[in-house]
Amino acid sequence: MSEVKLIKTIKEIPREELFAPGHRLCAGCGIPILVRMVLKAIPGPKVVVTATGCLEVATTIFPYTSWKVPWVHSAFENAAATASGIEAAMKVIERKRGGKKAKVIAFGGDGGTFDIGLQALSGALERGHDMIYICYDNEAYMNTGIQRSSATPTGASTTTSPAGKVIPGKLERKKDLIGIAIAHGVEYAATLNPAYPVDMYNKIVKAASVEGPTVLHYYTPCPTGWYFDTSRTIEISRLAVQTRLWPLYEYDHGVYRINIVVKKPKPLEEYLKTQGRFRHLLRPENKWVLEKLKESIEEQWNRLVKLAQMSGQKIY
Amino acid sequence: MARWSSWKELPIGNILPTPGSSAEYKTGGWRALKPILHKEKCIKCLLCWAQCPEPAIDRLDDDSVKINYDYCKGCGICAAVCPVKAIEMVMEE
Amino acid sequence: MKVETETRGIRTGMTGNAAVAYAVKQADVDVIAAYPITPQTVMVEKLAEYVNNGELNAAFVPVESEHSALSTCVGASLAGARVFTATASQGLALMYEILWIAAGLRTTIVMGIGNRALSPNINIHCSHDDAYAARDTGWIEFFAENVQEAYDLTLQAFKVSEDKRVLFPSMVNLDGFILTHSLEALNVLRDEEVREFLPPKEPVNPIDPDNPMTYGPLDLQDYYIEHRRQQAEHFRMSYPRIVEILNEYSEFTGRRYSPIKTYMLDDAEIGIMVLGSSAGTVRYTVSKLREKGVKAGVISLTLYRPFPVDEVREHIKGLKVLAIMDRSYSFGSPGAQLFMDVATSLYNVKERPLLFNVIYGLGGRDLTPDQVELVVNKALEVAREGEVRETQIWVGVRE
Repeated sequence: MSEVKLIKTIKEIPREELFAPGHRLCAGCGIPILVRMVLKAIPGPKVVVTATGCLEVATTIFPYTSWKVPWVHSAFENAAATASGIEAAMKVIERKRGGKKAKVIAFGGDGGTFDIGLQALSGALERGHDMIYICYDNEAYMNTGIQRSSATPTGASTTTSPAGKVIPGKLERKKDLIGIAIAHGVEYAATLNPAYPVDMYNKIVKAASVEGPTVLHYYTPCPTGWYFDTSRTIEISRLAVQTRLWPLYEYDHGVYRINIVVKKPKPLEEYLKTQGRFRHLLRPENKWVLEKLKESIEEQWNRLVKLAQMSGQKIY
Repeated sequence: MARWSSWKELPIGNILPTPGSSAEYKTGGWRALKPILHKEKCIKCLLCWAQCPEPAIDRLDDDSVKINYDYCKGCGICAAVCPVKAIEMVMEE
Repeated sequence: MKVETETRGIRTGMTGNAAVAYAVKQADVDVIAAYPITPQTVMVEKLAEYVNNGELNAAFVPVESEHSALSTCVGASLAGARVFTATASQGLALMYEILWIAAGLRTTIVMGIGNRALSPNINIHCSHDDAYAARDTGWIEFFAENVQEAYDLTLQAFKVSEDKRVLFPSMVNLDGFILTHSLEALNVLRDEEVREFLPPKEPVNPIDPDNPMTYGPLDLQDYYIEHRRQQAEHFRMSYPRIVEILNEYSEFTGRRYSPIKTYMLDDAEIGIMVLGSSAGTVRYTVSKLREKGVKAGVISLTLYRPFPVDEVREHIKGLKVLAIMDRSYSFGSPGAQLFMDVATSLYNVKERPLLFNVIYGLGGRDLTPDQVELVVNKALEVAREGEVRETQIWVGVRE
């Protein structure tokens, strides 16, 4: 891992904007907050690949494009494979006849990463391409109208896992993307959250400095799909961390570190009541689903604490 | 707005050789609420600048900020995150 | 012992797979991303060997599926690399979605196909289902008749695809097992001769951080049809350029390449159209029948897409009957794929032969001279009766 320049304050975030406004992402969307940060945090020339999804569709409606870096979209499930090709080509061309190198960044939504894109991601990670894969997770297939994905949290209501009279929302657990990445032997993987911009920036810098594949998992609320007022995006993001639903942690060359240790978690209900997609969970007849969600959050947190403690972090 | 009116003029291969051209599409017309910055309260923490999705908040040389009403969709994130409540959301005319 | 012959190159013996791999090596490809599938495996294995032995300076990307193989190739081609991949049958079917994208984004990928039947049932032997399935996608398609052609067409494919007046990906089809695994004699060019014919790729609009572009944006109703129209026109206009390059190669090597090959067609009354390795069997049978006084001739296609409409119209003049042989099947269609292409091309021509379709060789069923003779006899019958009672017949099937 080469020299990294971490920051302590927002002021140190570079000024240059490589992402232009005028895109059609919803008001209050958390995705562009990530994109702006990524393009600022990663130094030098960059190439971005994006899977089909909200980000791709809303930022590149011909003839308008928000991207001021080379940007490639081929299909839905192959962001990691397309990025692999670009990375391999640039390496070879530089070796054979001198050419421009650039850091390859792949963006995929939770659908394009956890589900249909998982195979391509797995292949790219196994082959060790030098690229940073960032999943922006709004916890459903939002671009096609809010259908559930394997990243949808237990209990959430989506159009294909509606809170119905017999089955009250999605009952399955959320997949562990960082765990999957670590199982492939990546050197660095971390979770990101827009309510913690300095933490977010530093993790992107660290990931990008690795020569090899790294995976970042970004939490983004979706006002349209989660049903909340557009101004609450950051508030909800912070609550996600403070209820331990979205642990902010990193895996850095074998060392697990929880970046925000939530000693006294806020009650989960405080998070759930901010969003329409969870409203049904607060009804007494659905308590059993709420309990399932709470159990999985506790299990995930305890596991991470153990891993961090084994890595030498002093918690409690 | 048709930048290219004939198929003969289109750039080859479906590509777009116009980086950042989304800036020609002013999304300011989307908003119902509008943020007003009370400059005297601003402490230049730059949280609103960092967390504006568009971005519709310009960071000036002295680290003060200026709202770009051409693109502001009126989401209200800036007003919500400002630690000193220097931004107020008002109804758009 | 290396022997020089009348056409350019050194005489040697190779299987189809090895010949294609050798051509790819000589073309100094930059990126190879492929997934194994019978009968293409040896093509890719040989390339891996070349790379790992330092004989070919390229990135060999061992992808985890054919879909990823072509996606990786798309990325690599857009980044300015000379790219090769290979597949067959189910693999090509899996790549299907990306075929359109590779063509629409004007990549210059060259793909070797070991033509193999589509499941069910799973069959690893030759049919042309896979090549035909790609016929709408905007890829240039060549068909090799023997190992020499497989080698030559691979080299030509790179030049064709990368030509700035073409810029479309191309497929080189060779019959699974019949050509991919058969050892035949051929002339291979020397490395410096290949370099002379095929200079390095000069990419058009490659990914360049200093000149950032957006590749593969979204089109709404206001631009999609114009984009397609442009691609359609460019694909149509690539035809004369392809012929130009085939002619250039013919000059360079002394081996004649053109979209269509004819055999004993000048005074023929009966024509048989075929593509792939079976052309040889058909010509052999026709030559024997000529000795008995049957006026038959053969048309074989080297270029399938863009379809050589004008040349087909030109060459059928004087024929009373044309039998069109398809090593594939299209369920529910008025005929199999090549038949439909030819029938459509000839419909508006005032004087044209009667047409009928012959389905043969599926799943590696051998086409024998007996079967060809049956086809010729059927054609003679149609010529006598002046009408086509059975538009489609199957040969070589246990009825």
